Amino acid sequence: MSDINAQKKKSSMQKSDRDIHERWRLLKDSIAGYGVILGGLSVIVAVVLIFFYLLYVVFPLFLPASADSTSQYAVPEATQGKTVLLDMEEQNKVAVRFTDTGQVIFFDVATGKTLLNQKVAIPDGVQITSFSQASPVSENTVVYGLSNGQVIIVKHQYKISYVNDARVITPELFYPSGEQALILDDTGAALEKIAVATGDNATTIVAKTANSTQGLGKIRLTHFEKETSLFSEENKLTRSDAVLDMPAAGIEAILIDRNKTSLFLVGSDGRLSVFDISDKTNPLLKQHQNVVESGQKITRVAFLNGDLSLMIGESNGLVSQWSMVRNKLNRSALQKIRSFKVSDKAVVAIQTEQRRKGFVTIDADGVMGIYSSTAERELVKKSVGETLPVAAALSPRANALLVQLDNGKINLWNVKNEHPEVSLASIWQEVWYESYPKPDYIWQSSSASSDFEPKFSLTPLVFGTLKAAFYSMLVAMPLALMGAIYTAYFMAPRMRQYVKPTIELMGALPTVILGFLAGLWLAPFVEEHLAGLFFLIMTVPLGVMIFAYAWQYLPRSLYEKIPEGWDAAFLIPVILFSGWLAFALAPSLELLLFHGSMREWFKAELGIGYDQRNALIVGIAMGFAVIPTMFSIAEDAIFSVPKHLTVGSLALGATTWQTMTKVVLLTASPGIFSAVMIGLGRAVGETMIVLMATGNTPVMDLSIFQGLRTLAANIAVEMPESEVDSTHYRVLFLAALVLFTFTFVFNTLAEVIRQRLREKYSSL
Amino acid sequence: MMKLWFKSGKPWIWLNAAAVSTCLIMVVGLLGLITVRGVGHFWPAQVGQYSYEADNGKQEIIFGEKVDATVTSLAAAKSAGYKMAENEDALIQYQLKTGNRDVTGADFRWIQARRVKEENYPTNMMVIERREWGNFYGQLLELKENNTVIASGEQALPIVQEKLADALIMFKTINTLEKKEIGAVNYGLERLRLEEKKLALENHLDTEAKQRIAAQKTDYDLKYKQYQTQLAELYQKIRQHTLVAKTESGASVTIPLAKVVRVYQPNAMGLFDKIGHYGVKVREFLTDEPREANTEGGIFPAIFGTVLMVLIMSVIVTPFGVVAAVYLREYAKQGFVTRLIRIAVNNLAGVPSVVYGVFGLGFFVYILGGHIDTLFFPEAAPAPVFGTPGLMWASITLALLTLPVVIVSTEEGLARIPKSIREGSLALGATKFETLWLTVLPMASPAIMTGLILAVARAAGEVAPLMLVGVVKLAPTLPLDGNFPFLHLDRKFMHLGFHIYDVGFQSPNVEAARPLVYATALLLVLVIISLNLAAIVIRNNLREKYRALEG
Repeated sequence: MSDINAQKKKSSMQKSDRDIHERWRLLKDSIAGYGVILGGLSVIVAVVLIFFYLLYVVFPLFLPASADSTSQYAVPEATQGKTVLLDMEEQNKVAVRFTDTGQVIFFDVATGKTLLNQKVAIPDGVQITSFSQASPVSENTVVYGLSNGQVIIVKHQYKISYVNDARVITPELFYPSGEQALILDDTGAALEKIAVATGDNATTIVAKTANSTQGLGKIRLTHFEKETSLFSEENKLTRSDAVLDMPAAGIEAILIDRNKTSLFLVGSDGRLSVFDISDKTNPLLKQHQNVVESGQKITRVAFLNGDLSLMIGESNGLVSQWSMVRNKLNRSALQKIRSFKVSDKAVVAIQTEQRRKGFVTIDADGVMGIYSSTAERELVKKSVGETLPVAAALSPRANALLVQLDNGKINLWNVKNEHPEVSLASIWQEVWYESYPKPDYIWQSSSASSDFEPKFSLTPLVFGTLKAAFYSMLVAMPLALMGAIYTAYFMAPRMRQYVKPTIELMGALPTVILGFLAGLWLAPFVEEHLAGLFFLIMTVPLGVMIFAYAWQYLPRSLYEKIPEGWDAAFLIPVILFSGWLAFALAPSLELLLFHGSMREWFKAELGIGYDQRNALIVGIAMGFAVIPTMFSIAEDAIFSVPKHLTVGSLALGATTWQTMTKVVLLTASPGIFSAVMIGLGRAVGETMIVLMATGNTPVMDLSIFQGLRTLAANIAVEMPESEVDSTHYRVLFLAALVLFTFTFVFNTLAEVIRQRLREKYSSL
Repeated sequence: MMKLWFKSGKPWIWLNAAAVSTCLIMVVGLLGLITVRGVGHFWPAQVGQYSYEADNGKQEIIFGEKVDATVTSLAAAKSAGYKMAENEDALIQYQLKTGNRDVTGADFRWIQARRVKEENYPTNMMVIERREWGNFYGQLLELKENNTVIASGEQALPIVQEKLADALIMFKTINTLEKKEIGAVNYGLERLRLEEKKLALENHLDTEAKQRIAAQKTDYDLKYKQYQTQLAELYQKIRQHTLVAKTESGASVTIPLAKVVRVYQPNAMGLFDKIGHYGVKVREFLTDEPREANTEGGIFPAIFGTVLMVLIMSVIVTPFGVVAAVYLREYAKQGFVTRLIRIAVNNLAGVPSVVYGVFGLGFFVYILGGHIDTLFFPEAAPAPVFGTPGLMWASITLALLTLPVVIVSTEEGLARIPKSIREGSLALGATKFETLWLTVLPMASPAIMTGLILAVARAAGEVAPLMLVGVVKLAPTLPLDGNFPFLHLDRKFMHLGFHIYDVGFQSPNVEAARPLVYATALLLVLVIISLNLAAIVIRNNLREKYRALEG
């Protein structure tokens, strides 16, 4: 009994064991099922992820900037005079207020607490009559013009020290040319307007003196040059003086550029005078021109970063950018290159950024706008207060703005403005950059100098991409498609068995090898044998035709012995011979037709220059890379045209060629189209060949003998050097996104067409 | 007649045939070009002695190997400004590799054939391959030991060879000491520093740990000092011997044996000597490290880096590719979703490879790598560990790039397996997974293999994305070495394809490096072609097998 029980138990145990086993099997089965589905869908996820990640990096380029008021406080030491200048140091911790009484008040940016209050060393009994910020603004230097014809130059500087790992910024005043005031006007006439440009070894001061008993007011130019003697530590200061040949009356503002070569005088009548002051003793008037609309007045003038252009604000709310432009006679003159309508009211303040070509305007209604000049973008428009603004300061990093209002308050604005220099227009359209003669498409992403403006126009790159793709398709399409037609339809099966893998093997060759050969072997070869290459295009088809014509006159007995479909094999020596003939005859033909050298002839007669690495080389090399892809797909499409169609056509009496063109090609045309699309996609995205076989110059020139730069090569060249999350980095991602989209469209189109074709064939 | 012939369409067929022939000529020509140039590099060329009349009429002697020749037609030569005599019909110029860059400033020189007064190949012409300044061509004068002459003239050569063999052994020892032993010490010290910093960050740095670390440090320092004394001795010994040789201009040049790789007299070599020399050079090329900014020596680190990267990539890409293919063929209902996936696969295959590089750099390196660093390697900050391009990211990026290759090939293999086999398995009670795992996948394994081989071939030749995600022109250390954890996925590595680009286009001495680039290209082409041929053979065998099954 117990035995039976035990057996029962055992069997039931076995049963439950098996149950568990069964369940485990089913569980495994369903887990695997879900896993496989997940794996399958992950392919879609990957494509979508790539797309959205690229988009995610590119997107911030086109976001508007933001500005938020973070704190507000009373003007520090408000009793000590009116503000003539507000400024901020780089860390946005300490700000400074210069007053019309010569008081300098350093205060905490966030709270307005006074940190240091100093008076500039002004001689007793003398008043301040003028004040200005020195050029370049980033030097933090200001100048006071005094009532006795003297000037004082003061620099506000900030020392950074670390106390207990915390940063402490200590502000101080410094007198670069000594605490003693410099005598500018010997007669002691008051300096009504003043401007200064400072530098390591030279200082240029231009001042307008008041009318005095000694005579009418003048505009004086004084230049100090520090000469360090080789043998002694002593510095010698040489001084030169000049008086501008121009009435001083009506001059509202004076500006000197940072190179101390151009002087701009702004008149109350809206006229601007430009002087060339390269020779400090002999200033020359170069231009005298009205720069505002009639009836309007110039309200503010400021240099854009780099001092290459002036931003001129008018009483009707227009801000225009004037820059030195070379005209056809190669003479540079100030010209308006663009303007912004920022408001209907007068522009009362223009603050320019110190590191980019951006600027901030405030109008009489207290509406602030942040703009990017080259991208022509309005990034922010916001009201900073109901009352009239008195002074404003933009921090060196352009991420904070201080505005003092008429009501005795200072507002601190936090500005977030990461990528102002890029807009859809600046990427795709012509942009008029400073000191360029006309608007143009330019890609120039980096340079050595700090006030360089990056120029991000993708147009020359897209142009280069399409040019490279065009020439390579020109090479690849006839060879690949004609080759596919022959291989699929006419070639003997035995030969096809070897030919197809061989050509497909071509596609497996690394493009770096093709590029290397193109750049180091083909380019010098073609440069030397250009004429031969052109003759080759003529001699080879001609040679083939002659051979083919002669072929039918072969003795009947021999003709019948030769199997069909091996034509291509017979043609190899023919092509080799006619190719050799082309190169062998080239020198004498060149002499006959082109006076010796085809390259020289092109240059002399047609004005076409020759780059060693040019579109022709890319066309051949990339054509080589594209042929196998196109060949393989087209061949498949033609080969899989159902046999009964062709047999039917032949039975109706059509020749093989007629069957080919009228039946086979028509049926396979979608497949051939998709082959071309995929080939094009490959040509557009190919990197290494263009990188190595072109000069990578981003020029827009259709000539086959000129170089180019493609999107892909550009990414490969510049990506490793671009700073993460910088505008350059994001623009390169945009280039990648453009490439992705290009190829996505081509590939999707090709794949959809192929899927349709497959369905069609299976239904036939 | 002609018209009729054109009407028959025959000429067009011939033209189409010509297109195929042209393609074939291009492929074969390209392979031939690479082979000829790549193979020729290692053959010891004759070094000539030329009496040459220079532009100013002066006579001079030039030593060098002919590497190139050009023939310029009379007219072209005239227009290029050469003075041509009436009876000349072409200008022949030779490019000579003259070496001696330290003396003359250039490795190469063009000479005009008509000005060569005399050309001969003296057997005592000696070529010295050096670690610096490229090759030396000249005649041996004497061998010195500690500045005293121990042998001179022709008889010195055997002694030079003997001393050179010793010097090379010493050089190898020095190299191992510096790279391996001292490298290990430095690596250990760096790990200690990181450990200390990590403990400090976690507030676990107690006196015990401090003592332990200090003890290990002194250990390492001791070892280091020991190696240093060994090195000093070796250096002193290796610097004993110098050889003096005469250049073409008659000046004598002193070359320390420590800087010499090889000395030989090509003009005195017989055929078998040359074959032997060739073999040695090929071995050096395959197994040695590069010298002189990659323009000389071997390419072993590049081969190693390529292989390792491809292996890691295979480990990643195979499961994903196979699973996706299985889904497409075995699990999914053919319809909208599968169409979508097929489009996605085709797009993955069609997206330019440089876009993968951009994606890899932005997403893998900066986002994933950056997060890994902050989570797991806070002690290394601010130096990135995985937040910088490296082997792992390169492998993953290429896995993504080659995914479609594996999917397409596997799918094709799955499609060829007759339905009856699956049905048989299911009828016997196997679950779908068991059918897949035990019958379908084993049968499809050659197809998977094919896909993988093709993926490897693709990855081995890809350069553009790798430039962004981890390949460098010269990696100081291999990503696999004797220091724990042995496989350093965060290290940068060298790659054959990038090596070609870098040496061919960015090297300071492209002319001298060109033969090496051809050799590297040949190697890469051989690898890729054999991989592809293997894939084709496997695929064909597979087709035969299933044809038998279906029958």
